Amino acid sequence: MQLSREALLRAYRQMKVIREFEERLHVDIQTGEIAGFTHLYCGQEAVAVGVCEHLDADDKIVSTHRGHGHCLAKGCDVTGMMKEIWGSREGLCKGKGGSMHIADVDQGMLGANGIVGAGAPIAVGAGISAKIDGKGKVAITFSGDGACNQGTTFEAMNMAVVTKAACIFVFENNHYSEHTGFEYAVGTNGDIASRAEAFGMKVWRGDGTDFFSVYETMREVLEYVRVPGNGPAAVEFDTERFFGHFEGDPQRYRGPGELDRIRETRDCLKKFRESVTSAKLLSGEDLDAVDAEVLAQIEDAVQQAKAAPRPTADDVLTDVYISY
Amino acid sequence: MARMMYREAVVSTIAEEMARDPNVVVLGEDVVGGMGTAGGPEAIGGIWSTSTGLFGQFGADRVIDTPISESAIVGAAAGLALSGKRPIAELMFADFIGVSLDQIWNQIGKFRYMFGGKTKCPAVIRMAYGAGYNAAAQHSQAVHQILTGMPGLKVVMPTTPADVKGLLRTAIRDDDPVIFLEHKALYGMKGEVPDDPDFMIPFGHARLARAGQDVTIVSTGLLLGFCEKVADTLAEQGIGCDVIDLRTTSPIDEEAILDSVEVTGRLVVVDEAPPRCSLGSDICAMVAEKAFASLKAPPLSVNPPHTPVPFARELETAYLPSIDKIEAAVRKVLSYR
Repeated sequence: MQLSREALLRAYRQMKVIREFEERLHVDIQTGEIAGFTHLYCGQEAVAVGVCEHLDADDKIVSTHRGHGHCLAKGCDVTGMMKEIWGSREGLCKGKGGSMHIADVDQGMLGANGIVGAGAPIAVGAGISAKIDGKGKVAITFSGDGACNQGTTFEAMNMAVVTKAACIFVFENNHYSEHTGFEYAVGTNGDIASRAEAFGMKVWRGDGTDFFSVYETMREVLEYVRVPGNGPAAVEFDTERFFGHFEGDPQRYRGPGELDRIRETRDCLKKFRESVTSAKLLSGEDLDAVDAEVLAQIEDAVQQAKAAPRPTADDVLTDVYISY
Repeated sequence: MARMMYREAVVSTIAEEMARDPNVVVLGEDVVGGMGTAGGPEAIGGIWSTSTGLFGQFGADRVIDTPISESAIVGAAAGLALSGKRPIAELMFADFIGVSLDQIWNQIGKFRYMFGGKTKCPAVIRMAYGAGYNAAAQHSQAVHQILTGMPGLKVVMPTTPADVKGLLRTAIRDDDPVIFLEHKALYGMKGEVPDDPDFMIPFGHARLARAGQDVTIVSTGLLLGFCEKVADTLAEQGIGCDVIDLRTTSPIDEEAILDSVEVTGRLVVVDEAPPRCSLGSDICAMVAEKAFASLKAPPLSVNPPHTPVPFARELETAYLPSIDKIEAAVRKVLSYR
């Protein structure tokens, strides 16, 4: 399926926003001004965007501790997110959540999640809700090659099949669960999709470093799951994580030259640029213009986040309950 | 008023609320019972008979029989709640919070706060708790002390069928996550229940089960009945007990306890969970902090010992606070100085 010029530009912009948002965080975190733990998604942008470009606000996603990309791709406000990560009371979660707990339910973004494997059961519930409503909406859970080893993910896959939830398990294999290789930790010879298949789901596989592979694969997956009664499906994307598990991770587990190699050969933004310019769908100038706009947008978001009001001690006590 | 059992109050309230609000759904293990068997759906209807008839009335979309997957049950309730539904999830035994605690504690209890107050999570997690069936260490526990300590959750512990009716309706209509603890030894208890289809009991409002001037006894659940018996015995001897049924442990009706202790000056808390970091120690500490000047005796908490729940009849009987133990504690507090 041929994407329109507008759709291509939009997809590129979405990926570029995630990339620059995080490249900037990587720099700013080193100044010590940003508190807490941050897990960067950089390198995996094609997955978040290739999935979420198919969705609207009534489709739900549940994300992970490495959630910035999913949040941005699903429509969370860039400045609101930057303010949140900087801990402002004007942040998307009023400075209560931080990097690992960004959510925007109005956008169908049911939360990043600090607990590895916790998202899949939540997506099953959202998928049951979508099934009950019968409007062809879906719920998607993103899980890494780490989360795929959690029992909660197994329970969720089985329950999704049993309840015929309109749920999609998107597995992003970035080759490392924290600091451990997937070939060691994923007992099925590193094959995640086969597990989902064993639970009774139809499965797909795609190249998570290629936007077009992700986008086309997801078109098929969504076509299937949006049919009432078909139940869940799963898809595994092979992808790359450009930074460590967390910011500050010395990454001694990487092979010699590995980071340079994956940045050179497995960069979804580079691949996108090469693909659309060689096919003459977009020009280099088109993309350069997006790059410049995005950099300016991120700079503006950072400046706003730095200047935004800080929370006060009184804010600790709000929003625990609606009424108590 | 209608006379019904505690378990009937559970299922009738759920049915009434499901009829009233199409967003209310039920999920859990064997809430239908018999799925995939020769006996067919509703061959069982829930082991506690707290979901009997719901499947027939509301269908498979809204009465969701799940595999034995407690994490996924509570997690699915979380996802349903975030998607506009009002799930009522059942954990067959409260002891099974162990395998679903992340979803209870880190997920539903924290969404609203972590997400900056922009979302609600109207999930009810029902579970049967408590000793009395010789079900031993993994099927007999009172777990309220664990859950009451978790910010973001409300914790309800009804004692009577009327309280089940009024508190469960409040729980289902509440926009915050609610843990609803049903004492399994009370399921057969009968009582008068108001007919009003909107009968609700607000959380954080204790019930005065007996009124007296000499000592305050605070409890809830199965042991509340033991406390009432002790109060009745002592009343015959001219000793008046305020017996306060907490109904909810989060929020807790501090005012009712403090008002009573200001009159009686003496406090006994009767708690089915073990003593360390317990509801009993919590209330005794609260009273010591806030009503110290009113106290005529040290507050006392009656709990089981710091052991797992034992199996054999003699052992379980020895484990649980009994009428005799409660009476002895009350007399000890009364005879201080």
